[in-house]
Amino acid sequence: MGCRCGNRGQLIPLKASDALRLGASRCDERSIMSEVEIDCRNVWKIYGPQADKALAAIRADNLSKEEVRDRFDCVLGVRDASFSVAKGEIFCIMGLSGSGKSTLVRHINRLIEPTAGEIHVAGKRVDTMDEPTLRQLRAETIGMVFQHMALWPHRTLAENVAFGLEVRDVPLGKRRAAAERALESMELQGWEDHYPDQLSGGMQQRVGLARALAADPDILLMDEPFSALDPLIRRQLQDQFLELSKKVKKTTVFITHDLDEAIRMGDHIAIMNDGEIVQTGTPEQIVLNPVDAYVAEFVKGISRVSLVRAEAIMAPMDGRAATSKTVPLGSELGDIMDQFMTDQAPVTVVTSEGGAVGHITITDALRALRG
Amino acid sequence: MDLWDIFDTEWVPVGDWVDGALQWIVTNFRFIFQAIKVPFDIVLSALENGLTGAPDLLMLAIIVLIAWQAGGRKLAVVSCASMLAIGLMGAWEESMVTLSIVLTCVIFCSLIGIPLGIMAARNDRFWMVLRPFLDLMQTIPSFVYLVPIVMLFSIGNVSGVIVTFIYALPPVVRLTNLGIRQVRPDMVEAARAFGASRKQALYKVELPLAMPTIMAGVNQTIMMALSMVVVASMISVTGLGQMVLRGIGRLDMGLATVGGLGIVFLAIVIDRVSQSFGISARDRGHKKWYETGPVGLVRSFVKKG
Repeated sequence: MGCRCGNRGQLIPLKASDALRLGASRCDERSIMSEVEIDCRNVWKIYGPQADKALAAIRADNLSKEEVRDRFDCVLGVRDASFSVAKGEIFCIMGLSGSGKSTLVRHINRLIEPTAGEIHVAGKRVDTMDEPTLRQLRAETIGMVFQHMALWPHRTLAENVAFGLEVRDVPLGKRRAAAERALESMELQGWEDHYPDQLSGGMQQRVGLARALAADPDILLMDEPFSALDPLIRRQLQDQFLELSKKVKKTTVFITHDLDEAIRMGDHIAIMNDGEIVQTGTPEQIVLNPVDAYVAEFVKGISRVSLVRAEAIMAPMDGRAATSKTVPLGSELGDIMDQFMTDQAPVTVVTSEGGAVGHITITDALRALRG
Repeated sequence: MDLWDIFDTEWVPVGDWVDGALQWIVTNFRFIFQAIKVPFDIVLSALENGLTGAPDLLMLAIIVLIAWQAGGRKLAVVSCASMLAIGLMGAWEESMVTLSIVLTCVIFCSLIGIPLGIMAARNDRFWMVLRPFLDLMQTIPSFVYLVPIVMLFSIGNVSGVIVTFIYALPPVVRLTNLGIRQVRPDMVEAARAFGASRKQALYKVELPLAMPTIMAGVNQTIMMALSMVVVASMISVTGLGQMVLRGIGRLDMGLATVGGLGIVFLAIVIDRVSQSFGISARDRGHKKWYETGPVGLVRSFVKKG
């Protein structure tokens, strides 16, 4: 699984050993070298009549967004974005509004046509796919959840949820059964014949999720699904989705403007700014090693207590003797801090077999906490 | 050349040009316009024969039942009173003729106007081209095209329908265009994201969501058609309009008043009924149309029995 960072040819290879060191506990429940489900390579989106000319000029002269706008009257939506999502993982794309994240995710099911680049989904090439195949892919392989729910008010919940089957002419009985199953998975059984406007916002988004799940797709695209909800409901839905995700293992691309949410949900995070992916990595990598000032600014407010793990801050033993205080490999910073409550002597990190592998002083811990 | 009164001379003889062009079209292409008449003629004759031929009380009952189904009991009472008033004034036959002209006009306006509106909503350039024509159709005084219409289509009720059609078409096109454009983009995007083709997105999402606006356009079309009946009577269209025109001509105030009141009562009924068709299911408390009104009543009887 290579997590490429598209801009300026930078490459952050994520080797198995790195993953073990940096994010072992997050990655170990999923195989590290699993197959790639979604692969976007050098995707560009430029809006405007002279898009192709603008693209050539940007490639030649490395123009900025503003120069493109002034010289070609084109809007740069996505700039040379490359990323890959492994089967079964949750991949978060995080950025402020206008950073191009919603535009980028719509390339995966080609609701937006790329100006340049290749998009591979489930082993098929999407950017050159013909219309009927594309519609089949959308109906059967990719489910999508929208920020403002986008439920159709003139259809019952069952009709909303089974829409993807309806357009593929699945008979009514099967559609109904699939709708009931999907609604039940979102704890909405009994609401089949109600209409969206009879539901609260949180329930509506659960219907949105049920609709995405109804055709049992392998891939979920979620465009800020919980942003419009109040914090309590959001938290509740995040938990419900994570639980569901553990069970059904859908490959998920999750868009958010909230880094906390990205860290909570994502196995990997890509951070976007002005149409570019500026950094891709695990939550730990992003928080501990922001590549530039923009990412650093985001990361500043994030609590590291449950994010930083012993292996990220420990120094090698280098012949030091193990101390009496030990923490297991993979301990969170919070647990390590607890060890310094009584005295300030260094802590030794041990493996599950009991072998000492690392050494953490109170200074290391405090520095990690401060970031 | 007199510079003081320079515009006393007709420099650009638009009138002569139009005259010449019209003469040329009439002599060479009249058959085309006679062919256009055919579908209008078929629908109008069928409706007119049906509405005037049926027993008066049966028609009254049908109208009241339709009103009840569309808008509930209150509307049924209002419609019954209005239609009774027309009948008791002795304007029943004429009102049925007018109704059939209005209905024919609405059928053709919807048949042509709704697809035009859909195309306009999807294609900005087409809308830009269409808009001046709609403006022209709505603003040009109908008296102006009355003469060419008579020359091309001759006089009578069918020509009346065509005149009315020209005048009443714009609102349904405009409001269909507006209704489709007002559908939230993410609703359509969601349909596309779940594999709907453009056609499926149109029929399953865009049209149903635009329907209240489209029905408002149809309602406007009906009201404009009704307002044309007096003008159209000048090319010997029969019905309530002719009562008014004849009354004015003979200074017969009584006849004119009966015709005028007939138009008003008929307008009330058609307006309220067509408006009720446009109310969305959401505003009716998510009841299907067949669960209410006389049909709902019959259905519940059948279920019990």
